[in-house]
Amino acid sequence: MDVILFLVFALFAVACAINVVVQRHPITSAISLIGVMASLAVLYLLLGAEFIAAAQVIVYAGAIMVLFVFVIMLLNAGAELRSGRSLMAQALGVPLLAALLGIVAFFVQRLFPRETTTHFGGFTGGGAKEVGRALFTTYLLPFEATSILILIAIVGAIVLAHKELD
Amino acid sequence: MASVPISWFLTLSAVLFALGVAGFLFRRNIITVFMSIELMLNAVNLSFVTFAYQFKKVDGHLLALFVMVVAAAEAAVGLAIILTVFKRRPSLDIDDVNSMKN
Repeated sequence: MDVILFLVFALFAVACAINVVVQRHPITSAISLIGVMASLAVLYLLLGAEFIAAAQVIVYAGAIMVLFVFVIMLLNAGAELRSGRSLMAQALGVPLLAALLGIVAFFVQRLFPRETTTHFGGFTGGGAKEVGRALFTTYLLPFEATSILILIAIVGAIVLAHKELD
Repeated sequence: MASVPISWFLTLSAVLFALGVAGFLFRRNIITVFMSIELMLNAVNLSFVTFAYQFKKVDGHLLALFVMVVAAAEAAVGLAIILTVFKRRPSLDIDDVNSMKN
């Protein structure tokens, strides 16, 4: 059951991610990215991360992607006229990406043999209670720092969007 | 009980990250490039949650949460920058924004 769920949602995530990269129209990419985030939320649930799965759906798929779709609509963004970057990026990028993927897959297989497996319910410390306790004890200082970061981001976004052009 | 090897999760994370890098390198539309960055952040989050499972500690979830917060702040500021650039020159092509180059 776990394997079936993992395979279905992993393949869905990879298909949506490929769609994000190859589509020419930004709104199609945005919808595909929502598909990636939703399937990742299911995988988080498989790994026992209930709070993170909920936050993934609410914050990423709910808030950030709405912002993206809103900006795409506001700018009236159409399909790309020309696609593909410089020849140098394409010539160097594909082999380097393949090398990166190969090295990472090799080390992952070396470090984690097939015996180290996951199963649903193997880790139950990911609920809101445990995350909240860790957030307000061990990680109190980073938590406060992120609140300041968000404040700076709000002010920065407002200043940038309202700037009068000379 | 059938179970999923932990390396599958990490490999999926690497594949999603590589696809994000590919989108970042090969696309011209500035919004698509931005969405590729979000894709990379999501891939890294999957690694964090997988390692939290592996070590049976909640710390990885906290890191994923902080990544989400930073992604939200980055999206807000980045999209505001895109709006400002678009007001000045009505083009979304990332190669047209080169006034700092020469």
